[in-house]
Amino acid sequence: MNFDPRYSNRSFTSVGTRPIRPDGVDKVTGRARYGADFNMAGQLVGRVLRSPHPHAKIRKIDTAKAEKLAGVKAVITAADLPDLTDGDAAMYDILDNCMARKKALYDGHAVAAVAAVDARTARQALKLIEVDYEVLLHVTDVDEAMKHTAPLLNDAIFTEGLEEKPVKPSNVTKRTQFGHGDIHEGFGQADFVVKRSFKTEQTHQGYIEPHACVASVSSDGTADLWVCTQGHFVYRQHCAQLLGMEASKLRVTSSEIGGGFGGKTHVWAEPVALALARKAGRPVKLVMTRDEVFRASGPTSATSIDVRIGARKDGTITAAEATLRYSCGPYAGMWAEIGAMTAFACYRLENVRTVGYEVLVNRPKTAAYRAPSAPMAAFAVESAIDELAKEIGMDPVEFRIRNAAQEGTRSSYGPVYGPIGIGPTLEAAKNHPHMKAPLGKNQGRGMACGFWFNFGGQTCTDLNIGMDGSVSLAVGTVDVGGSRASLSLVAAEELGIAYEQVKAVVADTSSLGYNDMTDGSRGTFSSSMATISAARNTIKILRERAAQMWDIPVDDVVWEKGHAIAKGEKYGNLAALSLKEIAAASGKTGGPIAGHSELVADGAGVSFATHICDIEVDPETGTTRVLRYTVVQDAGKAVHPTYVEGQYQGGAAQGIGWALNEEYIYGKDGRLQNPGFLDYRIPVCSDLPMIDTQILEIPNPNHPYGVRGVGETSIVPPLAAIANAVSNAAGVRMTHIPMSPPRILAAIEAERGG
Amino acid sequence: MVEVTLWGSLGAIAGGKSKVEIEAKDIRELFRKLAEQYPGLEPYIDRGIAVAIDGVIYRDTWSKELPEGAEIFLLPRLAGG
Repeated sequence: MNFDPRYSNRSFTSVGTRPIRPDGVDKVTGRARYGADFNMAGQLVGRVLRSPHPHAKIRKIDTAKAEKLAGVKAVITAADLPDLTDGDAAMYDILDNCMARKKALYDGHAVAAVAAVDARTARQALKLIEVDYEVLLHVTDVDEAMKHTAPLLNDAIFTEGLEEKPVKPSNVTKRTQFGHGDIHEGFGQADFVVKRSFKTEQTHQGYIEPHACVASVSSDGTADLWVCTQGHFVYRQHCAQLLGMEASKLRVTSSEIGGGFGGKTHVWAEPVALALARKAGRPVKLVMTRDEVFRASGPTSATSIDVRIGARKDGTITAAEATLRYSCGPYAGMWAEIGAMTAFACYRLENVRTVGYEVLVNRPKTAAYRAPSAPMAAFAVESAIDELAKEIGMDPVEFRIRNAAQEGTRSSYGPVYGPIGIGPTLEAAKNHPHMKAPLGKNQGRGMACGFWFNFGGQTCTDLNIGMDGSVSLAVGTVDVGGSRASLSLVAAEELGIAYEQVKAVVADTSSLGYNDMTDGSRGTFSSSMATISAARNTIKILRERAAQMWDIPVDDVVWEKGHAIAKGEKYGNLAALSLKEIAAASGKTGGPIAGHSELVADGAGVSFATHICDIEVDPETGTTRVLRYTVVQDAGKAVHPTYVEGQYQGGAAQGIGWALNEEYIYGKDGRLQNPGFLDYRIPVCSDLPMIDTQILEIPNPNHPYGVRGVGETSIVPPLAAIANAVSNAAGVRMTHIPMSPPRILAAIEAERGG
Repeated sequence: MVEVTLWGSLGAIAGGKSKVEIEAKDIRELFRKLAEQYPGLEPYIDRGIAVAIDGVIYRDTWSKELPEGAEIFLLPRLAGG
């Protein structure tokens, strides 16, 4: 990578402005094409048969009757998706999740699929498939699954990370530990200790657009996939590997995306659609129903967390520890590990230890959900922090400020921090008018902090200058939150031209080099770095072309405000050449003008936020109302502030739903009871106040403009901030998320002794 | 020679060591020598390990140089949403 990503303080013309979003008109008029909006000539309808059992051996699958049904063009089972993963355990899990092989591991696990001429025929065909199951005992609760008496999901799994090698298999796939110092010594110095246990229920990202794709496989082995995804290059890799194809022969085009939030980061239905299309010899469209999305895509973990924090009378934390147990669904994950890393990341701690346990349960395969694992850990830690402040008699904001991490602090997960924003977000919260607003009866205020790592990754961008001087920017990171607008601003900034002169598109996998997916808050961070690099490469060519046009040395040409300028008094009579003029002459100066960039964007810079909220609790019914909500977060540099605010508000809204209402409810039979938006209630506009935002800009030293990722951190504090507000309003500590009316009422009645 | 700190669980695999000293000029050489000296770490390296150099986390830039005296910290390679 021949590109210097270091931050340089500069003024901006385009970056930091708020132009109208380029995808807005199409989205509000219905012209934008999402996953299910694409069709191919002669396409078939794909449907998936799913296990009704949470845990069962698959003895036999008989597809003969379904295959004979008129209109059915293909029926597939795991036999049509042989194991080509070559020892890659993570890919094998994805394969097994796409189509169960020996066992169905959760209610909704795919066991077979059909492609038929219409939906009715496909549904009829599913009913004709005979699956002989041997139903096994199941376990869906994370604590129950850890018991040695629990049904084993996979008898080949022995817990990793234990001091002594285990001799018996377990549902606990891994133990991880982080920390430094001596917690026993630290707790010995404490005047006050708070020790609490917390639980959070499983939630879904709740994206409005279900998983959807259209697959077509030619008889010569080439294939096309149109799909709703957060990473079409990653989907191409996954599908090519699972189907034994060459990646270059599979062109994947990403549709507009109606939400992903981590849930569209690996394949679910796409290899199934491709396998059906290959077998049928016709394109296949496969769209999940909402029921299928809930039962068989990737929600986040359910958790069980113990926290202990000790502090001196003066408010200095002396020791902190947490034990975190996260459900992974039926396949190994690193969800508790991430929770253990993030739990105490906001604080300056001499003695800290966190331990994580990854736990298999008969639920869908856990997927990432916006700052995955951090919100639950923050809920537990920030609740205990609030209680400890109360015991000491300190204001909760002052207590946090006193113990906040700062530049030079050793983080609880290991490395020493560079410049970070936790202190400034706390100071901003302390001074925010929200903190001083009066509260009424049954109303409570809560606040909490949150942390997320952010990351970068492989990124590729093309910048092409049209003959008319307009600029096409082709990026490979799917636009999940406004990155096309932000990247257009960045290109305009570097080239010194108007935002309207740039049009950004997300290129398909055959048009651009590999890109990692849009996750880890990396879209704008990474692709802006590649766009800056591509634009600077373009400027170098523009200068060369201007030098040709003037017949002067290129070293005498500089680029300023969208124009080539001949520098020095000897060229005083040369009028500046605009980008448009250079583009118009390009056919005679060497052909098309373009700049490219292929890089690994590392050094993303960690992110912090502080949230404040006011809640009213009805003590008679346990219902809650969010009265006011404020987000303060460090963005490094807000490229398009309206989109940044949107990310802050979106994270808070999802966190509010998670904190107050959303949960997967399983019956004793191990079946999901509420796979729909009527019974799994996400917040709607009328549930929410206008969410206030405050953007702080503490530059990331590892990005030319100081940009940090902003997409995920905003969902980390809400669970805790709301729990603290509800606890203050109800007068009882809430330790179980979601704080639905029955749980709040039960807590109030228990406190009253009734 | 750089001093490399391993996170808790990784230390257990490297014979209970929380810090190891390695002669390496960049991340690529660091991983190669770690795998040579502590074979138990190889599957972890294959699965993905991030390297924090003076607090900045590098996941993929294996050409990144390891400055003398820098704080080198190994971390699990993270998932994001």
